[in-house]
Amino acid sequence: MSLYQVQKLIYELNRDPRTRERFSAGRDAVLAEYALTDEEKGALTKPDIGLLYVLGVNGQLLMHFAALHKVEWPDYLERMRQGLKDHGQVREGVYAATGYEGVEAHDARLKQEREKR
Amino acid sequence: MPLVYCGACSHAPGITARAERADTQTRQALESAFGRMGDEIRATKPDALVVIAAEHFANFFMNNMPAFAMGMADSYEGPIEDEAFLRIKRTTVPGNKALSKRLIERVMQTVDVAYAEEWKFDHGISVPLHFLTPDYDLPIIPANINCQGPPLAPLARAWAFGEALRAAADSVPERIALIGTGGISHWPATPDSGKINQDWDQEFLRRWTANDREALLSYTDAETYRDAGQGGFEIRTFIAAAAAAKGAKGTVQFCEPVPVFAVSCTIARMAVAA
Repeated sequence: MSLYQVQKLIYELNRDPRTRERFSAGRDAVLAEYALTDEEKGALTKPDIGLLYVLGVNGQLLMHFAALHKVEWPDYLERMRQGLKDHGQVREGVYAATGYEGVEAHDARLKQEREKR
Repeated sequence: MPLVYCGACSHAPGITARAERADTQTRQALESAFGRMGDEIRATKPDALVVIAAEHFANFFMNNMPAFAMGMADSYEGPIEDEAFLRIKRTTVPGNKALSKRLIERVMQTVDVAYAEEWKFDHGISVPLHFLTPDYDLPIIPANINCQGPPLAPLARAWAFGEALRAAADSVPERIALIGTGGISHWPATPDSGKINQDWDQEFLRRWTANDREALLSYTDAETYRDAGQGGFEIRTFIAAAAAAKGAKGTVQFCEPVPVFAVSCTIARMAVAA
């Protein structure tokens, strides 16, 4: 378990174009610079957004890591939900799921309230 | 000069990244409110705008996380996010290194602030500036409160940071405007993105507009996490802005929950005498 190391690599990939270039040219060499478990390496390589979420990666890092991989916003949310189904609740950090009606139902409810005003 | 402007606003990336997915009327009203806030800031003829933000790992990480930081450079680059994702063009934003240095020296009298001669803006600053200073013609002094990687500074220290910023702004001859930017209740970047605790937001804003120090500082992080999500930790930016208003009362100029933007979009101002 080395959530810190996973997050550090994502942080570097998100903010440093040279790390991104090195990662796409030779992924294994970059991964070797961080103390990662095989599960973590796999999640970063695939990338398995759902598993990274469950491992506890901070959403403010993961959201941009997903965007970097051209994962669209609704797909990003769906992959996290799938991650919960596949791997169970978030293991660390402060980004645990707490339950929500969903944007569409919420929007519909707010629209009704606006119309009543 | 005494602080010429003090306000607070949202910075949610969805506001630009997912603009068209919100209710059109609400979005247009929000953008108008941002526009008015920009006009009001300009009307006070500021020489610089201090932005108290809650950055999201654009600069600071858990290897060396400052509770409080201020930028000290003549220019800053941003946004750091993928331009196609955020839909804000990456640009160079003017700063003012000499002014930053004088402000930081003064803030350091009471708060151990870190300084940074390099600083990349993320949506936390770039989204507000996109609406408030779209020509990027006003020097920005970025300030940051760690709201992302616990342990976080206690709310009373965020208040002290706001007080220190106010004392610093008042001590320089330049005309300083100041805004805090953050979300109130929200669960951003989780599967619950869009969840908003409207009652909690209203109560927080009531305390903020009353500038009720004791009530603002009475939230524990456990309560905030339970009722307002991990995004709620960003109330530190609002609290610092309230402290900088030095007892002035506030007005909420816009506040509407927009689930697809993941937050109650808020524009508010403290009545500091300009």
